[in-house]
Amino acid sequence: MKGLAFDLAHLLAGGLVLVSFMLLYQNRLYSLLNVFALQAVVLALSVAWQAYVQGAPHLYVTAAIAIVFKAMVIPIALHRIIARLGIHREVEIVGSLGPTMILGLGLVALSMVVMLRVTADADPLGREDLAFALSVVMLGLLMMVTRRNAVSQVVGFMSLENGLILAATGAKGMPLVVEFSVAFSILIAFIVFGVFVFRIRERFDTVDLEALDRMRGDRR
Amino acid sequence: MIHAYQLVVLIPYAAALILVAVPGYRVGAAANVAASAATFAAGLWLVVGEGIVSDYAIVDEFNIVFIAINTLVGFTTALFSASYIGHEIETGRLSPSFVRFYHAMFQAMMGSMNLSLIANNIGVMWVGLELATLITVVMVGLYRTPQAIEAAWKYFILASVGISLAFFGTILIYLAGQPALGEGVPAMTWSLLQAAAARMDPAILDLAFIFLLIGYGTKVGLAPLHAWLPDAHAEGPTPISAVLSGLLLNVALYALLRFKMLVAGQPAALDPGPVMVVMGLVSLIFAAFMLYQRRDIKRLFAYSSIEHMGLIVFAFGMGGPLANFAGLLHMAMHSLTKSGIFFAVGHIAQAKGTQRIAEIRGLSVTHPRLAVVFALAVLAICGMPPFGVFTSEFMILTTTFAREPWLALLPAFGLLVGFGALLMRLQDTLFGEPVGPAHRVDASSVPMVLHLLLVLAAGIFLPPLLVAWFQRAAELLG
Repeated sequence: MKGLAFDLAHLLAGGLVLVSFMLLYQNRLYSLLNVFALQAVVLALSVAWQAYVQGAPHLYVTAAIAIVFKAMVIPIALHRIIARLGIHREVEIVGSLGPTMILGLGLVALSMVVMLRVTADADPLGREDLAFALSVVMLGLLMMVTRRNAVSQVVGFMSLENGLILAATGAKGMPLVVEFSVAFSILIAFIVFGVFVFRIRERFDTVDLEALDRMRGDRR
Repeated sequence: MIHAYQLVVLIPYAAALILVAVPGYRVGAAANVAASAATFAAGLWLVVGEGIVSDYAIVDEFNIVFIAINTLVGFTTALFSASYIGHEIETGRLSPSFVRFYHAMFQAMMGSMNLSLIANNIGVMWVGLELATLITVVMVGLYRTPQAIEAAWKYFILASVGISLAFFGTILIYLAGQPALGEGVPAMTWSLLQAAAARMDPAILDLAFIFLLIGYGTKVGLAPLHAWLPDAHAEGPTPISAVLSGLLLNVALYALLRFKMLVAGQPAALDPGPVMVVMGLVSLIFAAFMLYQRRDIKRLFAYSSIEHMGLIVFAFGMGGPLANFAGLLHMAMHSLTKSGIFFAVGHIAQAKGTQRIAEIRGLSVTHPRLAVVFALAVLAICGMPPFGVFTSEFMILTTTFAREPWLALLPAFGLLVGFGALLMRLQDTLFGEPVGPAHRVDASSVPMVLHLLLVLAAGIFLPPLLVAWFQRAAELLG
């Protein structure tokens, strides 16, 4: 049983890293959202498995939040925003894909080296989950850097946050995890709300953040 | 029975709920002042009362300094805001319903900051700081001009990333504390973590500190993570700029210092001191040079905040009783002076109808009283005697000089560079031929004069009681 628990946890956490890579090369907004929903599903499975293995029923709540909120509500809301703003065909990646993917591989390798070396004495399941989680965080950051579009930056941030939830559930017995996932959900709802309410499109005719850069206060 | 430490959090949150429902900005502003005054009273009660260590709350000699400053400046800012916000409605920059929202958010922000300060749990502290950040994002975007939205978005993305990295660091601290303290809440409790620091894995602590430094350092505004700070200060309502500079940066700094104490408790872990010294110096010198290129008066003082936060982080990085004392004192003085300056800038912006330095000229002719107060406040932040900022800067430099003579040259250089820039801009605004409109100023000058008097009093005579209090806090910092 111990072996199976370990392997499945690994499989799911590794799957999360893989989906993060898939996010990196999506250049259509709709497909980006679909892949993000897939990532949320993998996260929910991973958290639910942790809840079962650790015998921590409250983690099922976190899993439920991931599946309802991140795999359904947020992608659907963003889908609608994109449709309304008419930006679904925008391709917007800074730099070319090849170097970005290689950089991503480098970041994953870095996370593994750092985390596994540092946490040599910790609980093996926790430390390897944490190494995967750091990779997801790093890939999320990379995605935020390589995107110009506000919606895909938000998706990058959400995938980063998925990594954090994975880390929090992987740290055995960590209290307040459910509260954290709620707090993060509020944060994300806020961002999505912000994209829409601030109506970046309406004011700048694009969601491209370069338009925002032209509004820099000092050059008025 | 409800205790004072619960009151400093509960009063603002309750007030926020009530203020949402209060129609009419005059009543709202009055209620805002009343709630802030009540919070300040609760804060004072904590100052004179005994320390507290419970499962979720802690009040010791260290964080009480922060709570006292937080509730005091919160109160004076509410006073200032009450007289300031009416003008914003008259000029049509804000609608009454937005002002209602603004008052509620102001209280919610104060409550979240106090929550973060008294939390005895690294997770609750994180949640408090996250909430305070979110609320300030909304406040920064309140005017809904393109610039305000750009500032809010930038602040939002950078602060979210910062806060996420801080969360990863928090998880790592839990992981480090878990073997020593067992699973569950104890491994996230400050007081217990602090006591068990020596038994934690040094390698995990190192890694956690790096994440926490980058994460909370973004919120402190340390270069090169400061990009959000000038925009957020320049585009939001002036009372919010005052609270951002005077309080929110301090709360983030508080979190950073707590973790520094924790990591310092494990001798085998990396020494946080030198890292903080370097980051502080980089911020200080970088911001000092950036001051020369500012054209917007609020941006100018935002960069000055980066400069001073750099100096404070430098002082705490040096460590030792004297440098810690000076760092705490400088933090208190900076909070009071900088929020006072932002009050004055709010007056100036209302008088001249602009924030552009080039369009603010000849204040000494058109608004002599305002010009005197503003000039004194800017001289105070430049570190001129007899103001309190001089005392703390002098202490930081002398203690550094006594220990590392060569190192002391760098902060001294940075401060001189910043001094020149601020003096030059001060001269531009005060003298010369007045240009543009010169409106009457309605906002109350009581808060800024009060802040200036406090800073002056601290510069001339520090009461022994206060000195003893700060010394105990400095000892806790190690």
